[in-house]
Amino acid sequence: MRWLRNKDSLYGFLVILPSLVLLAVFVYGFIFQTFYISLTDWGKDPAQALSANPQIRFIGFENYRELFTGFIDSRFRQDLFNSFFFTLFFVLGCLGVGLGLAILLDQGPKGEGFFRTIFLFPMSLSFIVTGTIWRWMLQPQGGVNQLPTLVGLPKGEFAWLTSRQQIWQVSWNDVPFITALLVGLVLVLITLSAFRRGEQRRGYIALGSATLLLLWAFTLGRSLQPLPYEELHGFNLALIGIILAAVWQMSGYTMALYLAGLRGIPEELREAARVDGASEWQLYWRVILPQLAPITLSAMMILGHISLKIFDLVFAMAGADNAPTDVPALLMYLTTFRANQIAKGAAIAMILLLLVAAVIVPYLYRQLKSEVRR
Amino acid sequence: MRKLWLTLILTLGSLAMAQSGKLEIFSWWAGDEGPALQALIDLYKKRYPNVEVINATVTGGAGVNAKAVLKTRMLGGDPPDSFQVHAGQELIGTWVVADRMEDLTALFNREGWMTKFPKGLIDLISYKGKIYSVPVNIHRSNVMWYVPARLREWGVQPPKTWAEFLTTCQTLKNKGLAAPLALGENWTQQHLWESVALGVLGAADYANLWTGKLRFTDPKAVAVWNTFGRVLDCANRDAAGLSWQQAVDRVLEGQAAFNIMGDWAAGYMTTTKGLKPGEGFGWAPAPSTAGVFMMLSDSFGLPKGVKNRANAINWLRLVGSKEGQDTFNPLKGSIAARTDSDPSKYNTYLQSAMRDWKSNRIVGSLVHGAVAPESFMSQFATVMEIYLSSRNAQAAANAAQAIANQVRLGQ
Repeated sequence: MRWLRNKDSLYGFLVILPSLVLLAVFVYGFIFQTFYISLTDWGKDPAQALSANPQIRFIGFENYRELFTGFIDSRFRQDLFNSFFFTLFFVLGCLGVGLGLAILLDQGPKGEGFFRTIFLFPMSLSFIVTGTIWRWMLQPQGGVNQLPTLVGLPKGEFAWLTSRQQIWQVSWNDVPFITALLVGLVLVLITLSAFRRGEQRRGYIALGSATLLLLWAFTLGRSLQPLPYEELHGFNLALIGIILAAVWQMSGYTMALYLAGLRGIPEELREAARVDGASEWQLYWRVILPQLAPITLSAMMILGHISLKIFDLVFAMAGADNAPTDVPALLMYLTTFRANQIAKGAAIAMILLLLVAAVIVPYLYRQLKSEVRR
Repeated sequence: MRKLWLTLILTLGSLAMAQSGKLEIFSWWAGDEGPALQALIDLYKKRYPNVEVINATVTGGAGVNAKAVLKTRMLGGDPPDSFQVHAGQELIGTWVVADRMEDLTALFNREGWMTKFPKGLIDLISYKGKIYSVPVNIHRSNVMWYVPARLREWGVQPPKTWAEFLTTCQTLKNKGLAAPLALGENWTQQHLWESVALGVLGAADYANLWTGKLRFTDPKAVAVWNTFGRVLDCANRDAAGLSWQQAVDRVLEGQAAFNIMGDWAAGYMTTTKGLKPGEGFGWAPAPSTAGVFMMLSDSFGLPKGVKNRANAINWLRLVGSKEGQDTFNPLKGSIAARTDSDPSKYNTYLQSAMRDWKSNRIVGSLVHGAVAPESFMSQFATVMEIYLSSRNAQAAANAAQAIANQVRLGQ
């Protein structure tokens, strides 16, 4: 209790105490409560679902088991696929478009400030507003599908948000194997880069994990069958419209990040590279882009967690009932407030929290570590 | 002496209390349906001028948003004095089984309503012999709409059975009509399903589905999906992007010949489109369902623990009265739930619906909350999804049965 004697520490502690208490109750308290509810049967018995004093029984991880292997929860599994593909293309799209715009603006064209504002502007709008406008533009009979007629081509036939086409189908039974394979590959890459940098210990740990995981994948992982039958999931083409709208809205943000990064690179470096005879392409590829890596990482984290939590944009564009564009957050809402399956809704919420945490926590860890180093 | 005064003051005070105060009505009737609700509220204000009526509406078709708001309010211990709910299992399966509603059987007896409402309706809104809500209107779900002039042009008759429908569909396709049946977004597909189910199963077996006497996996019930699939082949491919109004428009514009929709479509075509019932548009019971009236109904109930109970009971008395129903329904475009209402206040379509309402066999709608609880209905969308993506009747039937077991349908 020596620190209490120090007056400054005491005051400091008192100042942050209210926010600590509020956080403890309203963030961590409710996370814990949701977790507890997800382990109960609240909602399974209609008589208890909405009664004044519901009798709730503890049933362990039954809700989670149903979500991943239950017969009637196939929609949740498709939603996981939707979420994966949406995140992948949304993040890639935003990074690509944002970087492109930033490089163009970095050339210092006339009216740079004007264009910067224009590109950044969509971000200031609410997802509901942009969602509604995009919904109109993506109607099968009008909007974007009519564009080709302006240049004399036949009008587009793609049904956009209501398309039922699915590509890259994978059986749910193969998902454990494929996941292990992907994670294993990432670990192998980490191993290689660690050895190259001479971090022996890190390299051996990564190598060990990779070997174990791949061994498991090729032995037990092949025979693990969550479902007794084949259930195909894949990339719903209806998501393309949603991805388009989301990229349009958020790429201005990555542009701003990249532009700040580009401006932070001292002119001497470029000069030096040019003096050494680097072409413009080599200049960007070898000198400038490597320096933007930390920005790419930050942008990926921020966009990644936005896309996992996406709700309002899909709700405004396609409605809550349009299954081809469904995402876990929407399903959580429907399960809880329409079907009254409160515990199962809580389980979906926890899975979403875990997914977001998987994106955010390594990032925070890295940030904290680098700050300590400073 | 003093005691007498005190009693007198208290009595007078409580009398005044009964006539004044507030009344909060919770509903999803905004927009087109707003004026009908307003007429009912105006009538209430005329009878009880000192009561301040709070009209709490949450927009969103079929109450999609209102229901979520209602749940948060009820769970938070702040129930509205009376709320709109689809009569039948949507109320019973969610709120009555949770012991949140007051039994209104005594009110029905006192007002003499037991003989005024058809017995089939009373059965649908009762749970264990008690009644929990007052139905204000009746809509019919199993109606097929068409434009008579166009059918004459194509030389076809409105089909009477689903088999006939499929033949007619083929005839029309041969004449170059790509999609003879107009269909809209997700719920309208389920709406079509319930008409197909009623037609294929017949009224008795259809009702047995919801009491658990007929399983979804029974070959008879699986056959529903097969017919449904063939009917879907007659429909437009961009269905999921259309609202029900846009689907009706397709029929009016001649891009499709038929549409199966509830009779609010008649309201849309008469009021918004300015067409005359019987000339601008025609109707028939959905194929194979003649003589059966698949109904859905909006009703008001009395939650336990409301703040203005006396005012709420007066509201329910008004809602169930002949005057109240005949004020509300012509504006809403529905018929009165009572069988003694005044036909002269209604248009041609509604008069024909009233005749059927009195004579037909009554069954309840699935999609509109009459026969199955919300927990089943909202997950039925998943069943539909399984069928639409796999076109496998058995898989859809299995999923439907699994959900029925999970929510304890009919128990």
